[in-house]
Amino acid sequence: MSKIHVTTTVNNEVVEFLADPRETLLDCLRDRLDLTGTKEGCGTGDCGACSVTVDGTLVCSCLVLGVEAEGAKIETIENMAQDGALHPLQRKFIEHAALQCGFCTPGILVAAKALLDKTPDPTETEVRYWLAGNLCRCTGYDKIIRAVMDAAAEMRGAA
Amino acid sequence: MAKDNVNEFRLIGTRPDRPDGLDKVTGRARYGADISAANMLHAAVVRSPHAHARIVKIDATKALALDGVKAVVTRADFPTGLTGEDWNLQENTIAGDVALYDGHAVAAIAATSALLAKDAAKLIDVEYELLPHVTDVDKAMAPDAPIIRQGAADASVPEGLHPNVVKYIEFGHGDVDDGFAKADLVMERHYKTEAAHQGYIEPHACLGQLGEDGKGDMWVCTQGHWYIRRMCAAVLGLEGSQLRVTPSEIGGGFGGKTTIFMEPLALALSRKAGGRPVKLVMSRSEVLRATGPTASASMDVKLGMTKDGMLTAGKANFRMQGGAFPGSPVDFALYCGFASYQIPALFHQGYDVIANRPKCAAYRAPGAPMGAFAVESLLDEMCAELGLDPLDVRLKNASVEGSKSSYGPKFGSIGLVETLEAAKAHPNMLAPLGPNQGRGIATGYWFNHGGDTSVSAALSEDGTLQVSVGTPDIGGSRASIALMAAETMGIPYENVRVNIVETGALGVNEPTHGSRATFASGKATVEAVQGIIKEMCRRVASEWDIDPEAVTWVDGSAQPAGPNAGKFPPMSIAEIAGKMSETGGPIAGHCETVPEGVGASFGTHVVDVEVDPETGYTKILRYVVVQDAGRAIHPAYVEGQYQGGAVQGIGWALNEEYIYDDMGRLQNPIFLDYRVPVASDLPMIDTVIVEVPNPGHPYGVRGVGETGIAPPLPAIANAVAAATGERFYHLPITPVKIVAALNARNDS
Ligand code: FES
Ligand code: FES
Repeated sequence: MSKIHVTTTVNNEVVEFLADPRETLLDCLRDRLDLTGTKEGCGTGDCGACSVTVDGTLVCSCLVLGVEAEGAKIETIENMAQDGALHPLQRKFIEHAALQCGFCTPGILVAAKALLDKTPDPTETEVRYWLAGNLCRCTGYDKIIRAVMDAAAEMRGAA
Repeated sequence: MAKDNVNEFRLIGTRPDRPDGLDKVTGRARYGADISAANMLHAAVVRSPHAHARIVKIDATKALALDGVKAVVTRADFPTGLTGEDWNLQENTIAGDVALYDGHAVAAIAATSALLAKDAAKLIDVEYELLPHVTDVDKAMAPDAPIIRQGAADASVPEGLHPNVVKYIEFGHGDVDDGFAKADLVMERHYKTEAAHQGYIEPHACLGQLGEDGKGDMWVCTQGHWYIRRMCAAVLGLEGSQLRVTPSEIGGGFGGKTTIFMEPLALALSRKAGGRPVKLVMSRSEVLRATGPTASASMDVKLGMTKDGMLTAGKANFRMQGGAFPGSPVDFALYCGFASYQIPALFHQGYDVIANRPKCAAYRAPGAPMGAFAVESLLDEMCAELGLDPLDVRLKNASVEGSKSSYGPKFGSIGLVETLEAAKAHPNMLAPLGPNQGRGIATGYWFNHGGDTSVSAALSEDGTLQVSVGTPDIGGSRASIALMAAETMGIPYENVRVNIVETGALGVNEPTHGSRATFASGKATVEAVQGIIKEMCRRVASEWDIDPEAVTWVDGSAQPAGPNAGKFPPMSIAEIAGKMSETGGPIAGHCETVPEGVGASFGTHVVDVEVDPETGYTKILRYVVVQDAGRAIHPAYVEGQYQGGAVQGIGWALNEEYIYDDMGRLQNPIFLDYRVPVASDLPMIDTVIVEVPNPGHPYGVRGVGETGIAPPLPAIANAVAAATGERFYHLPITPVKIVAALNARNDS
C-alpha cells in the first residue's frame, strides 16, 4: 500500500513522515519519529499506556491513525518537562514512589496532566475515575493517586 | 504507614528518590520494544487457532514470494533430540507435529516492516487435522479424557491414572484419622480457582541477532537474562557464552518473564536472514493466548477443630492444570496451604495435570494464592460455625519460630504472630459495618529464594561507587541496592550508581524472582563492598606502615585503630581512590554466591466489602496489608509490593479468569474482557510493615514481593460471605455468581 505524507506538529516541532494508511499514530510516533516514551500495552484502547494529546484532547494514540495527525498539534510525554524542569506531576511521581516498573507511567502522567489542566482541584474519586482507563499492574494505584493529588495541591499553591 | 528506622542506620529505612526515576517519568527509559537496530527486520508469528490439532502441512510459498519477506522458520529449523524441560521449552516456542493450545506458535516470519510481516504471516498456509481437546483440570484427569501426550508423566505418578497426570506428590505428618477423631467439628469443602494472567502492561518484546558462526546478541525485556541465554542456547543448540543477552527496562513481570516464549524465534529468523537483526513484539492477545498464565485449580480440603479453636488435623487434595506441559505449581500450593498453622496431623496430595492451554509460568508466589483460598476459606467457615473470632483462632494456631512447618522443616525466625497482632490493633478492625457489608481476614505465606548470584562493585577515581548487578530492576531495586551499598561504605546514597548489566559482564545470575533481588543481590552487594573496604584499609595500612588489622573503616574513611588510634588523620575514600593507580591499581570487589539465610515472609490482610444485592457488585471499602519485611530497606517500595500484590489478588478474587469456549479457544484475549482492576475499583490500600529482622541477611531483609498476592483471595471470599451470608467456593466471585446465589436463596 502506498504511503501518505503527513506534516504535523509534535511537541512544538514541525515534523514530516510517511505513514502507511493502516499505521496508528502510536506506530508513527514510535517508529517514524523515534518518540518511544509513548508505550503500547494493548493496541485496543484498553490500557492508556499510549496516551497523548491531539489538539489538546487526551486520546489513546493506538486508536488514532497516523494520517489523521495531518495539521494537528500533538504532545507526548517527551514534552512534559519544560526547560529542563520536571512538571510537578513528574516530580511527585518520583517522590511518592508512584511507579514500580514505570511502563504505565508516561501514559498516566499525560492523562493526569490533562485532568489537572481543566480540573485543578479534583477529588480522589475524580482522579480515580479519570485514570480508570490507564492500567497499572504494579502499584495498586494507591501511590499514583496520592502523587496526582499532591501535585494538584502544589500547583494550586495549596501545599 | 511504615515504621521508618530512625536511629539504627544512616540510610537504611529512608525513602530517597529512585536512581532511575528521572528516566522513567520522562519517557527516556528504554523498554523491550524501544530499541531498533540498523538493517533490522520485523517478525510476526503464525499461531494455531485450534486447541489441539495435528499439523499436516505448512506451506510458506506465497508468503516467501512477497517482496521484502526475508525468512520463514518452522520447527524444522530447530535442532532435534532435546529432552526434559529443554524439549518442553522448544515445543512451546514452536509446535512440532501437534499444536497443543489456541495460540501455540507454528511458524514465524521476518520481513522489512512490521505490517508486511503481519500480512505475509496470513499467507502462510497451515493445514490442521483437529484432535479432541480438554481445558478443564478435572475433565483432563477423567478416564475418557483425550490424551495430550503419551509419556509426559514422570515416575511419581501411581499406576492407573490418566496419562495427563504427569506428576504426583504426597507428604504429611502425624495421624490424621486420630486428629479428626479429636475434633469437635470436621468440615470438608471443594474449591476451584481459574487461571489468571500476570497481566504486566508491557508485552513481551525482543531484538535478536544471530550469525552463521553461532554468535548472537539479544535485547529483551526479561526478569532474568541468564535464563534467557541458557534457554535460547538449549532450544537453538548454541553455546551459551556465544550469546550475549542485555536486559531492557522491564514493564512488569510477576514471574511471567522468567522464561522464554518467542525469543528463540527472533534468533532463528535472524540466522536464516543472513544475520540481520530481527525485532519481535507480541500483541496483547498473543500475550494472553500464548504466554504463561497461572494454573487453574480444583481442590478439596478437610480440617478438624476443637470447640475452642485448636486445629487437630488437615487434609488437602489439590489438582492443577498448568497447560500442555508439566509444571503447575501444585507442589507449592500444598507447601503454603497450611504453612501459617501448627497442625498436629496433616496429609497432602497433589496432581500436576496437562491440558490444552498455554504453558503456565510463575505468577507471584506460584500456587500460594490457590492454597490460601481453600484453607483460609474453610478455616473461616468453621470459625463462623463454632462462633469463634477468626483472628484469635489464627493467633492460637499460628506458626512460630522453631515450630515444625506444614511442609516439613522447622521455621527459623518468622513474624506471623506479629502480623496478626498488628492487624488486630489496626483501626480498620473497629470500623463499624453497615448492611450488606462484611469483613474478611486471611493470612498468607511465601518463601525467599537465594539462587545463583553474582555482583561486582568498583571504586571510581573520584571515590564514588559503581555496583553491577544481574537482577533486573522491576520495582525500585536499584534504590534498595544503592542504599545498602552506601550504608555499608559510609558514603552518600547519591554517590552510588547501580547498573543492571548484561550476561557478558558478570557470572551467572538467577532472575529477579522468588522475592530474591533485594535479599540476594543485596547480600552479595554488601559482601562486594566489604571487599573494597578491606582492600582500601590494606592500602592505607601500607602507606601508614601499620598492620592492616589496625585500620578500621568509619563513616567513609580509613582510621587508625587500637594502639595507633589518633596517630594519623583519617584518610577519606576520595583520597584513597584518587591515588589508587599508584598504590596497586584499580580497586574492586565482587561476590559470587548462592546466598543462604533466606527469610520467609508471612502476611495478614483485612478487607471490608459492600455487596450490592441488586447488581452483585462487590465494592472494596477498606483494605489493609500487614506483612513482615524483615527490614524495609526503602519502605516506599516495600509498601508498593504489598499494595500491588494485594490488588492483583483482588482482581483474581473478583474479576479475572481465562474463559474458554467449547472449542478450546480463549474467549477474552484483550484487556477489555480480561479485566484487571482499575483505579476506580479500589480504595487506598493501607499497609503496615512489620519488621522481624532476618538473621540471615546483613540488614535483616526478607523477601517481600510475593506473599501479598495470597491472602486477598480468601480474605475477599470471607468478607463476601460475611456481607451476604453466602459462601463462594469458586473464584472469581463475579456479580453474576453473587446475583445467582442471592436469587436462589430468595426463591427457596
Ligand atoms: S496501547 Fe493504546 S490503550 Fe493500550
Ligand atoms: S508501574 Fe508497572 S504498570 Fe504501572
